[in-house]
Amino acid sequence: MIKVLFFARVREQLGCASLELPWSGQGLDLTGLQERLCVEHGDTWRAILAQANMIRAVNQIVVPDNCVLHDGDEVAFFPPVTGG
Amino acid sequence: MKLPSFPRLPAAEVAEHAAISVSVQQEDFNAGHLQASLLAGAQAEGAVAAFTGYVRRANDQRQVFTLELEHYPGMTESCITQIVEQATTRWPLLAAAVVHRVGKLAPGDQIVWVGVASTHRETAFKACEFIMDYLKTRAPFWKKEVGPQGEHWVAARQHDTNRAARWQEDTTP
Repeated sequence: MIKVLFFARVREQLGCASLELPWSGQGLDLTGLQERLCVEHGDTWRAILAQANMIRAVNQIVVPDNCVLHDGDEVAFFPPVTGG
Repeated sequence: MKLPSFPRLPAAEVAEHAAISVSVQQEDFNAGHLQASLLAGAQAEGAVAAFTGYVRRANDQRQVFTLELEHYPGMTESCITQIVEQATTRWPLLAAAVVHRVGKLAPGDQIVWVGVASTHRETAFKACEFIMDYLKTRAPFWKKEVGPQGEHWVAARQHDTNRAARWQEDTTP
């Protein structure tokens, strides 16, 4: 199982705060997971998740490029941060 | 190509040489009490630098009725703790604390407090500013303003990114 979280503007655009994906087996990476979400949810999700400034995190650490995923990982998509 | 693997939800590590405290909360805070706690925890002598951030009444010429602060629970706390730890390894600090509010806030409300205790003012000032600059560009918080024109997600500013980048060049103690 992979837990996927969406925050702030991304959460509102998708109309989804979180979802769980059954583990599909070895070999899944972050880019593959994003593609799986796009295939399951359609072109609106594809456009939103492909936004240029999208930040992706795995197990609460920002991943600038891509990484392998493991069963039980937590993945998050969010826009640039604006705290402080 | 072998891709990197990221560790499972790491627990925030706390540096042993300086007292560190991080809180993400809805409740308001009392800066005076926080500073007293900082000093008590550190047996501090010399200097404390503290920063308090407030909700603006207008931002980019837009009037603000309310400000909603969203965060990523867990990641926010560990991210701020890592930033504070970075500060304690860079400067000889006695104690450092961060309090950041989330939820619905009004203009004039306190948002964030950063306090740093050190033996000298230079390090206290620098570490306090470093923590704020990194917090603004790295900790997963998002601001949504509500005003006369409706709701508006605040955009990240290049100015903040530039300020945080300065610390990679400025290596003076």
